[in-house]
Amino acid sequence: MLAQSTASEERKFLELKPFSDEMVVSMGPQHPSTHGVLRLELRLDGEIVREAIPHIGYLHRCFEKHAENLSYQQIVPFTDRMDYIAAMNQNWGFCLAVEELMSADPKFAGVPERAEYLRVLAGELNRIASHLLAFGTYGMDIGAFTPFLYAFRDREKILLLFEKLCGARLTYNYIRVGGVSRDLPPGFLDDVREFIDYFEPKIDEYNALLTNNKIFLERTVGVAIMDEAMAISYGATGPNLRGAGRKWDLRKDEPYSIYDRFDFDIPVGEEIPEAGAVLGDCWNRYKVRMDEMKESVKIIRQVLDGGLPDGPIVAAMKAIRPPAGEVFSRSEAPRGELGFYIVSDGSVKPVRLKAKSPCFCALSALQELSRGLMIADIIAIIGSIDIVMGEVDR
Amino acid sequence: MVQQLSSQFLHLTSLLSVETVTPSEGSAPGGNWAQAFASQFLGFLPGWIGLVLVMSVVAAVFVAVVPLVPLVLVLMERKVSAWIQDRVGPMRVGPWGLLQTLADGVKLIFKEDLIPPQADKFLFRFAPYLIFTCSFAVFAAIPFSQRILVSDLNIGIFYIISISSVVAIGVIIAGWSSNSKWSLFGAMRSAAQMVSYEIPIGLSILTVIMMAQTMSMEGIVAAQNGAFAEGEPIITLLGVEVKGTILDWMIFRSPFTFLAFFVYFLSSIAEVNRTPFDLPEAESELVAGFHTEYSGMRFAVFFIAEYANVFAVCAIAATLFLGGWQGIIDEDQFIPGLLIIFGKTFLLVFVMMWIRWTLPRLRVDQLMNLCWKYLIPISFFNILGTGIWGLFFREDSALSIGLSFLIISLFVVSILGIVFNSFGKLKPADQTALAGNIGAANLQKLKTTWNERHGQQK
Repeated sequence: MLAQSTASEERKFLELKPFSDEMVVSMGPQHPSTHGVLRLELRLDGEIVREAIPHIGYLHRCFEKHAENLSYQQIVPFTDRMDYIAAMNQNWGFCLAVEELMSADPKFAGVPERAEYLRVLAGELNRIASHLLAFGTYGMDIGAFTPFLYAFRDREKILLLFEKLCGARLTYNYIRVGGVSRDLPPGFLDDVREFIDYFEPKIDEYNALLTNNKIFLERTVGVAIMDEAMAISYGATGPNLRGAGRKWDLRKDEPYSIYDRFDFDIPVGEEIPEAGAVLGDCWNRYKVRMDEMKESVKIIRQVLDGGLPDGPIVAAMKAIRPPAGEVFSRSEAPRGELGFYIVSDGSVKPVRLKAKSPCFCALSALQELSRGLMIADIIAIIGSIDIVMGEVDR
Repeated sequence: MVQQLSSQFLHLTSLLSVETVTPSEGSAPGGNWAQAFASQFLGFLPGWIGLVLVMSVVAAVFVAVVPLVPLVLVLMERKVSAWIQDRVGPMRVGPWGLLQTLADGVKLIFKEDLIPPQADKFLFRFAPYLIFTCSFAVFAAIPFSQRILVSDLNIGIFYIISISSVVAIGVIIAGWSSNSKWSLFGAMRSAAQMVSYEIPIGLSILTVIMMAQTMSMEGIVAAQNGAFAEGEPIITLLGVEVKGTILDWMIFRSPFTFLAFFVYFLSSIAEVNRTPFDLPEAESELVAGFHTEYSGMRFAVFFIAEYANVFAVCAIAATLFLGGWQGIIDEDQFIPGLLIIFGKTFLLVFVMMWIRWTLPRLRVDQLMNLCWKYLIPISFFNILGTGIWGLFFREDSALSIGLSFLIISLFVVSILGIVFNSFGKLKPADQTALAGNIGAANLQKLKTTWNERHGQQK
């Protein structure tokens, strides 16, 4: 059994040493639970993982280079393909950056009120869809197949809502620079209300089914602790940071759009000594997502109760031609802080575009997290940091 | 006419139920109906040829009929999982999707027979046959009714245990010969798991053997049709005298056999590699475990063997603990024994499926903990308890049955109380410090080491 081409020579040597107990295994890029095309090079001693080296790039599409040859509006569909589980939030993050760049232009009137509400509605719905997928696939990683189908059943309802809203189910291209692409279809708000009324009790059901399940606790509680210092040093954000106990959410701490108008909490991980739950373990990272779904429901309910203001849905402008300059803007995507760095020379195309991917940061912690654990724990970690390879590789 | 028929029938029955250990005239010890049949009708042939002929016919019938069970079970699994998961399951092939498994089987037969170039070709081909044979050979000793039993071995249950442990070897061969690291992992896990869980299975069965004082499957069934079937009816229900054969089932005979039933059932789930103990084929970890490299009909053979195993362990549980083919009300057998044991078995299979589609999977160390730290001590306790029980109650009496029923009820009520009290609450995690899973006690220690390591890396 020869090793596949490995990163370093000494590991090749290890593999060929006849009396070594260690075995090098390539997990992925085709593997049921590496969430896409992540490849892990595992150095195993029996079931114990001595080292797990992530290899990325199987889904690299040169998004950032492509973007230099596209007009700003043409870039939006490309952002859909980054984190395809939460495409709305990716659109939004990019548009926020461009709008910040354009705000230096006196002719740009800013995003209309109604569009902001529509963005919040779409963004939070997509956050629920994204966390539902994280919940479902995490259950499947741990070995419970049924939660996955429950999650997909509910996610389907959100996708149907999005289909009504913008005609697409996965790559929405809905949020545009200066607003959104379409207004609400008739009866849409009633559908949304129907969905959240249906969905809110389901979260407790899922908690009873999986979150507090004895075996699930055994598998996740106290496993792979990424404490606050470690999370910050790796640049992990979103649920991974909050699971470690740091109350940090851009929607609250640096409110963008209209998030300062809504009342919601930031769920953080908690230490539960009687269950053995530690801040920053797999269970806490997962639990934060479950709690965040409730908060998103809260926000959506406030949008629906408050009613949407009338008015245009997109800022009137002749062309998206931001003034020369550079900007780094970030927003809270379901998987963490999504940043866009854009340099403009005043033309219709960016000179340089760079995306800061939350999944990439979280993935980089995998190597340290997984040392000394078991194969089954690696799966638990990958699921709990909830990566989407489309965003890691871009 | 009727008399004639019944006398013929009696004759046949006597043929079928020849005592196993009868060092009698002519027939060798352990001789059975096959031998009797052979000597009766194929007497013109030398003895062993007749026997071989008869056994070949029986084996052919079994190999043809038994795969129907997996066929049904696969469909049942898909339908049960569909109901649990809010779906409808297969609906297209045949009415209500009934022919889906058949269609899948046909598809698998027509698939190309792939053998990986680096595989050990002989062992790769051999492994499915070994597993298939062993899991089917188990059926030979399970009594499906008074008359449907291939061979009533005097060591029936021992034969079943030994034959079914050969499956582990087949799994290892499959994993090793595939020359894939994932297959090997699955095989090693499977070997460790099957070997470990055979101990609680064997020990639980031992309690039954102690109660029944025989290893013959037929004898164990007969032992569950004892004193109370003859005696006074316990209650009269709608004119039917309930003579309490249900209390003669092994599971209710003593509190220890009651416990042993659950130990057996839990361990048998592990034995047949199903969730929450499906580590050898853990899809999310090992792709497909030991049969990763198999495709087409060879894969189907694994699949059939797996479900045949599921059925076999449930049928054994039904035979050993739930009275076998005997009915609930009395021994008159309104309903044929075959239907009764199938009903009991399918109930147990359903519970297995229910568990499979509800629970997540344990980790390797937790799996071993459960076996060695909990199930095996409980089994030993059972054996001790059964011995003491047998010392006090040599024969089943109203006292022993009543006492056992009382203890069992107390046990069940207390368990239910614990379950409902802790429902929805967080339960303390097991304090295992192995491989990063920590309990509250080790929390601080682990945290400091973690911080140290983290600090060093900076």
